[in-house]
Amino acid sequence: MVERTAVISPTQAAAGRLKQRYAAERRFKALGISAIALALGFLAMLLVTILGNGLTAFVQTNVRLDVTLDAETLGVDAVNPSADALGAANYGQVIKNAMYKAFPAVEGRAERRQLAALVSSGADVSLRKVLVANPGLLGTTQSIWLTADDDVDMAMKGHVSRQAGAEGNRLTDNQLAWLDQLEQRGDVAKKFNTALFTTGDSREPEQAGLWGAVVGSFFSLSITLLVCFPLGVATSVYLEEFAPKNRWTDLIEVNINNLAAVPSVVFGLLGLAIFLNFFGFPRSAPLVGGLVLALISLPTIIIAGRAAMKAVPPSIREAALGLGASKLQMVTDHVLPLSMPGILTGTILGMAHALGETAPLLMIGMVAFIVDIPASPLDPSAVLPVQVYLWADSPERAFVERTSAAIMVLLFFLAMMNVAAILLRKKFERRW
Amino acid sequence: MNANTASPSQADRRLAKVSARDVNVFYGQKHALKHVDLDIRANDVTALIGPSGCGKSTFLRCINRMNDLIENAQVTGSLNLDGDDIYDRNIDVVQLRARIGMVFQKPNPFPKSIYDNVAYGPRIHGMARDQAELDEIVMGSLEKAGLLAEVKDRLEETGTGLSGGQQQRLCIARAIAVAPEVILMDEPCSALDPIATAKVEELIDELRENFTIVIVTHSMQQAARVSQRTAFFHLGELVEVGDTEQIFTNPQHPLTQGYITGRFG
Amino acid sequence: MQLLTLMVVLLLLTMFGYRLGRSRALASASGNPRLLHSLPSYHGYYVALWCGLPAVFILAAWLALEPSILHGMIMASLPADLQGLSEERLALVYNEVRNVARYGHVPSLPAVGDAAQHYNNIRTTMFFSVAAASLALAVAALAYAHRRIHADLRARNRVEAAVKVFLVAASTMAIFTTIGIVMSLLFESLRFFQSVSLFDFLFGVQWSPQMAIRSDQVGSSGAFGAVPLFAGTLLISGIAMLVAVPLGLLSAIYMSEYAAPKFRAVVKPLLEVLAGIPTVVYGFFAALTVAPFIRDVGHQVGLTVASESALAAGLVMGIMIIPFVSSLSDDVINAVPQSLREGAYGLGATKSETIRQVVIPAALPGIVGGVLLAASRAIGETMIVVMAAGLAANLTANPLEAVTTVTTQIVTLLVGDQEFDSPKTLAAFALGLVLFTVTLALNVVALHIVNKYREKYD
Repeated sequence: MVERTAVISPTQAAAGRLKQRYAAERRFKALGISAIALALGFLAMLLVTILGNGLTAFVQTNVRLDVTLDAETLGVDAVNPSADALGAANYGQVIKNAMYKAFPAVEGRAERRQLAALVSSGADVSLRKVLVANPGLLGTTQSIWLTADDDVDMAMKGHVSRQAGAEGNRLTDNQLAWLDQLEQRGDVAKKFNTALFTTGDSREPEQAGLWGAVVGSFFSLSITLLVCFPLGVATSVYLEEFAPKNRWTDLIEVNINNLAAVPSVVFGLLGLAIFLNFFGFPRSAPLVGGLVLALISLPTIIIAGRAAMKAVPPSIREAALGLGASKLQMVTDHVLPLSMPGILTGTILGMAHALGETAPLLMIGMVAFIVDIPASPLDPSAVLPVQVYLWADSPERAFVERTSAAIMVLLFFLAMMNVAAILLRKKFERRW
Repeated sequence: MNANTASPSQADRRLAKVSARDVNVFYGQKHALKHVDLDIRANDVTALIGPSGCGKSTFLRCINRMNDLIENAQVTGSLNLDGDDIYDRNIDVVQLRARIGMVFQKPNPFPKSIYDNVAYGPRIHGMARDQAELDEIVMGSLEKAGLLAEVKDRLEETGTGLSGGQQQRLCIARAIAVAPEVILMDEPCSALDPIATAKVEELIDELRENFTIVIVTHSMQQAARVSQRTAFFHLGELVEVGDTEQIFTNPQHPLTQGYITGRFG
Repeated sequence: MQLLTLMVVLLLLTMFGYRLGRSRALASASGNPRLLHSLPSYHGYYVALWCGLPAVFILAAWLALEPSILHGMIMASLPADLQGLSEERLALVYNEVRNVARYGHVPSLPAVGDAAQHYNNIRTTMFFSVAAASLALAVAALAYAHRRIHADLRARNRVEAAVKVFLVAASTMAIFTTIGIVMSLLFESLRFFQSVSLFDFLFGVQWSPQMAIRSDQVGSSGAFGAVPLFAGTLLISGIAMLVAVPLGLLSAIYMSEYAAPKFRAVVKPLLEVLAGIPTVVYGFFAALTVAPFIRDVGHQVGLTVASESALAAGLVMGIMIIPFVSSLSDDVINAVPQSLREGAYGLGATKSETIRQVVIPAALPGIVGGVLLAASRAIGETMIVVMAAGLAANLTANPLEAVTTVTTQIVTLLVGDQEFDSPKTLAAFALGLVLFTVTLALNVVALHIVNKYREKYD
């Protein structure tokens, strides 16, 4: 090596080294780019997975049947049925009969049971709705679209193979044959999945909906906001405008910073020990969920609030005080209005975070299986992310699709909140 | 310190609107203002001059207790407004500041409309019984500040949209809307161009009729132009005070002489 | 419902007090607000505060004390045979009484039905006496404050003092939260350590808490050695950091040193999106896509991979933490003074040489602090591991096997119906205490390092 360098002229040596150095430079830069590409690639993969699995959940396979609303089968008075009787009538049998009529060749108990299983076990509820809304239909034969069973739904959407015996396919040869026939007759169609947005949870994927969880999330976040916003703003005002610099305020600040980094599951333990066991609040209630989420979001709001107030120039404060405004008047008349966009932005982001929070809510019993739509923050309820967790845990293939759809709804709300925060910041951003 | 020039004469004391006796200010360990005795006559413009860091702004901010806002500032001695102790425990700072207004170095209008800027003080002090009275106060103050003609068609526009000089006159209008007895001005023209400065100076001269004015200024020319009395501060001490004409033509103290002739500062 | 009515009445009374105070103040100044010390509205607030605050305090005190008063009175009134029951059974009985009384459940014993009746009676009587007391107090305080209104009353100062008390009280909320966390964790953990020794918990290598649903159950003493959990947590967090630190750091370097502003403006928010996605979504992604993928790849090359491998959970957790590392590093790198870079450029260093030899060493303490913060987040992360990591407490360093973590166990132990004082549920609090202590320590150290670093360049 030594001899060679001696031969090559110094400028050439330098040029060679320079080339190496530039190669290293390019490698380093490529490394950075690929890190970013990899991170964004993961993001894209995640979103594609969710979209690919979940988009089909917004439609639901329905089967059209000629249903004879026969008073005798329903078990109600043919001439003047009472509303109660209509509500409690035997719609399941009516649907079964309609199925048998559609496939007259099918006989034998086992086969007939298989046939009836093509329609959702919750189809009677929708049929009841039709008749209760319009009792005049009693005794007539109607052509009605009914929700298909989730296995049928999965097969129709191609999530599982329609080859009998294929992995994940739970339909029998017979059922697949009947499905083919129904399809040829044009009696199978995918329609918008209203159940997903109007009902509560269910063990049957085709009947399971998000509305209960959406309402639960709404109640929880309302409680969070009601508790968190006044406390957060008051704390920021105190720390930023009034607090003397001493050990006490240092302690408060250290506490706030540390709370911001405490794992959320620990807040769940706090909620369980304090709110449920000590105060005896009801389990699974959005009230408790909201309180726990408020404690989690409080540091975020305080930190954002203080930053926003710090950005208000001191000259505004001096001007107000110089006119004889009291310190509190200075805050309420000038500092707060000027920092409000910043505080609100922080609050929205905090709320968005709270909306996605799951673990602490599991601790306080919000994982219970709840079918009813909660009517108040004291009723047991699920929230959106917990619903995702519950559905993700369910074995049915159709729940994979529903889970992805639930995630899409959750991400939609989160995106909306973030967009609101960004717009707010853009609109009111003030350069001093 | 020259006792003859620096301590106030009998005549001053009679007319004094604000009188300071042995005022000291400490910022923590730092002794920022040392043993200041000064009387400020009613309806005079008193200029406080001196090199940077001499304590003139500190003194100004003692008069309406803006120093209270600085955490480790401590004020000793006595300061009286019409014989009332400014630092008395029973004095409500808020009411004091309504009597002693202030205009700051940099124009600092609120980011609100011109009207609301001027109306803010009267509102918080409950000076108007109804909207008409408030309108009257606002218009009157803008008029007195010589701004009305320029802004009367755009009272709802924001105050921060005005030019620098207009902003400062808006701040003056805002200060006089509260009907203070004394107006403190902390280098009110330092952020303005010469034309705007001239307008503000003119205004100060007119305001003298109704208000007692204390102005801190870096510019000796300005002190000479607008003030009747001048006090010269140096390193936290009040070196010399007297009629402006006398200070500029016949300073008693060598430090004063050095400063006004531009040998330092 | 009754409570709501009472609150509305109080609110109306308070609003009435406001109007009254305001008008009396104006009247005392014969209509000229300039003669008043404070604005009329402050006089209004003054009366309203007097009227509302004491009444609300009474209500709050009652709400806080009601359960324990009721408990005491009902317990004392139970028939002797019930009173003789053990502590735990008695608690169950009381719970039933409450459910019967409040939600109309069917009582299992007639004595319970009687007690429920009694419960409701006491509750109604107490409510009405408290309601009467608070209303009377509100009216009395209103009258008192109203009489005190005169032109010289420093109403503003009084009202502001009250508001300031509220501000101070609000700001202590953070302290109370911390105290609440520490107390609840500590109390329950102490109860746990009465049945399981601290040493066994911290150093035992056997974890099988599926025990003691009933204390008289045979052969189920359970094992609470938490070492497998700590090891599993470290393994998964370690994998996460191996993913997040290089990716996060390299993207931060590229963004702050190389990227054009336009690129930055687009890519930075996109990376932040990764931080905004709820962890439950990552958990689903890990369990649905990543874990099977890794398992299949493993099978292809002839490895046995558990379907809930530590690798899958760690990998996804790492993705989640990338933006955390990158934004912290970004801040730190930007804080390195330009003069240092210029010094290196001036000597003829290339950009990457400057970054590697000048910027990164200068920023290192800050980066370390950021990495520690990220590690604390990884350790405390729950949903990903709950959904994608296993429940089997294997003590292994093999990332292809299933391990369990502290947070997974906390959730598993507490989800579902459980008796609150079995060691199984209490163990969750002991784990929580460990988790809280470790993350807190990491944070304190990290913040200290970062602050020190900031001071250096500020």
